[in-house]
Amino acid sequence: MSMLLEVSGVSVSFDGFRAINNLSINFAEPELRAIIGPNGAGKTTFMDIVTGKTKPDEGTVIWGERNISLLGMSESDIAMEGIGRKFQKPTVFEDQTVRQNLAMALKNLRGPFAVLMHKKTAKNGVRIEEIAEEIGLLGSLTRVAGELSHGQKQWLEIGMLLAQEPRLLLVDEPAAGMTVEEREKTTDILKRAAETRAVVVVEHDMEFVRRLNCRVTVLHEGSVLAEGNLDHVTSNPRVIEVYLGRSHA
Amino acid sequence: MNKTFIAQNPSVLWFLAFLGIFTVAVTLLSEVTGVDVISTSFVKTLGKTLCLCLIAIAMDVVWGYCGILSLGHFAFFGIGGYAIGMWLMYARTEGIVLDSLAGQALPATPQEISDAIGNQIFGVVGSAEFPMIWSFADSLFLQLLMVVLVPGLLALVFGWLAFRSRVTGVYLSILTQAMTLALSLYLFQNDSGLRGNNGLSGLQNIPGFEATPQATISIVFFIASAVALGAGYVFFAWIVSGKMGSVIKGIRDNEARVRFLGYHVESYKLFVFTITAIISGIAGALYYPQAGIINPGEIAPIASIYLAVWVAIGGRGRLYGAAIGAAFVSLMSSWFTGGGAPDINLGFYVIQWTDWWLVLLGVTFVAVTLFFPKGIGGLFDYLVRKPE
Repeated sequence: MSMLLEVSGVSVSFDGFRAINNLSINFAEPELRAIIGPNGAGKTTFMDIVTGKTKPDEGTVIWGERNISLLGMSESDIAMEGIGRKFQKPTVFEDQTVRQNLAMALKNLRGPFAVLMHKKTAKNGVRIEEIAEEIGLLGSLTRVAGELSHGQKQWLEIGMLLAQEPRLLLVDEPAAGMTVEEREKTTDILKRAAETRAVVVVEHDMEFVRRLNCRVTVLHEGSVLAEGNLDHVTSNPRVIEVYLGRSHA
Repeated sequence: MNKTFIAQNPSVLWFLAFLGIFTVAVTLLSEVTGVDVISTSFVKTLGKTLCLCLIAIAMDVVWGYCGILSLGHFAFFGIGGYAIGMWLMYARTEGIVLDSLAGQALPATPQEISDAIGNQIFGVVGSAEFPMIWSFADSLFLQLLMVVLVPGLLALVFGWLAFRSRVTGVYLSILTQAMTLALSLYLFQNDSGLRGNNGLSGLQNIPGFEATPQATISIVFFIASAVALGAGYVFFAWIVSGKMGSVIKGIRDNEARVRFLGYHVESYKLFVFTITAIISGIAGALYYPQAGIINPGEIAPIASIYLAVWVAIGGRGRLYGAAIGAAFVSLMSSWFTGGGAPDINLGFYVIQWTDWWLVLLGVTFVAVTLFFPKGIGGLFDYLVRKPE
């Protein structure tokens, strides 16, 4: 295991509200990690910082063997470095087929002229089918993504991330709105993905986190409150207070 | 590859077939063949309409496919018209001046010839000097290059500044309106070097073809416009199909997602904006020799708004829809405003279409946007069953 992403001493404020407060957190490769925390703990802001959407006021974000700083890089450049992000709401291209969605995400040259001259290859076709099988949409490749069920859209988005072949996958609440069976399948997909890369899952649902059976980081008010396996962190009195001692109960 | 391209875009074949039949039919029925069912002036109207269809499909690519509501594409159209107009006017004036000086005992010096041409062209704005921008006006080749280069460069610089700052939505639309307004106001000035509000005129007279009747010239331009529209259609159909089409439609539907997939969204927008500006310039260069005159009023902000209206009524996100919308609305417009439509006498009030056409157009636009977002082109969905 080597360090893939090192976030240290990062702070960011929005209009005086400190969304992230001296946050330090590391991820190895491969690794499966869950990040939990109450609303406003800074989970989504953390993802925004890593993926380049938000610039932090201070701190460093260091990536990969070459120790490059992700701060100041554009979203697309960070994505090309190997960081994939799944949004909370399923965001797939509803007008386009499952195959087109996956083809767009497939790891290939990203410049306008390369894309304009792009030709379908057998290799890409095979890759698309492999991913479609992985996410259980092999039979739906020609369907328009807008017709898919909520769960299928979530999987398609995960599939698009896998097609990017990222080294770090940031997944925001993948199980929201899913049925029990769908959750199980989602867990399997994420666990398999985490065998070869770092997968970070932000989740509210404790039951889902338990099923992931991985190291858990608890965020609170923009910094790390506790870290360890789920039983360890849930027995931490501070965590109990944050989660149960307030109106959440 | 070609086979799959046509197979994926059956509308291309239909469009080309229709355009081909239309072009042949108009040519056969025109004055050129002696049939004379379609007058020369109507051939010109049809030829101009084809040019409007071309800029409309460009607008559809930038707005309907990529989601950038540009309200400034007529600026590029006008620039294309001015660029070709400069050569047309210069070369024709040069011919006239040389003829009139030919009878002199002493041959005229180049300076005298230049002064005489300058006097002819710029006398109307009280000047005789050739401004800088006319430097290449004596070369058809260079002016044709300007038709492509100037709109392309303007779009590139404007787009780079706007997209880089992530100006989107209605703010971008306002910026593009400001661009076309600024250009139009600049050209209105007498010292802009392009004859102020007089614009460039006499463009229907093609230098070197003085003896050719307008009937023939109009048919040549009509066919050229049809060829340009056909080629433009295939070109844009190619751009919006395949992976490029996927990406630009993705940008329209969810810019952030495309960005996080690793695509540099700004480059794609810039590419689409610039390429459509260039095609708009070409459309303008074909339009104005048929119109005969271009003045700064042509690129007033309202022109680009009409363009958006045509595309909306024709149906966004389908190229043939944009072409149908442009043809239908612009022909209807000349029918209504040209006194073709009979006035309606309500007894207490007479509806004169020259005044009421804009109201009708406005109501149609609102109705289409609210009730038929797919526009006229959407009607084809009922004819063609979607393959599963």
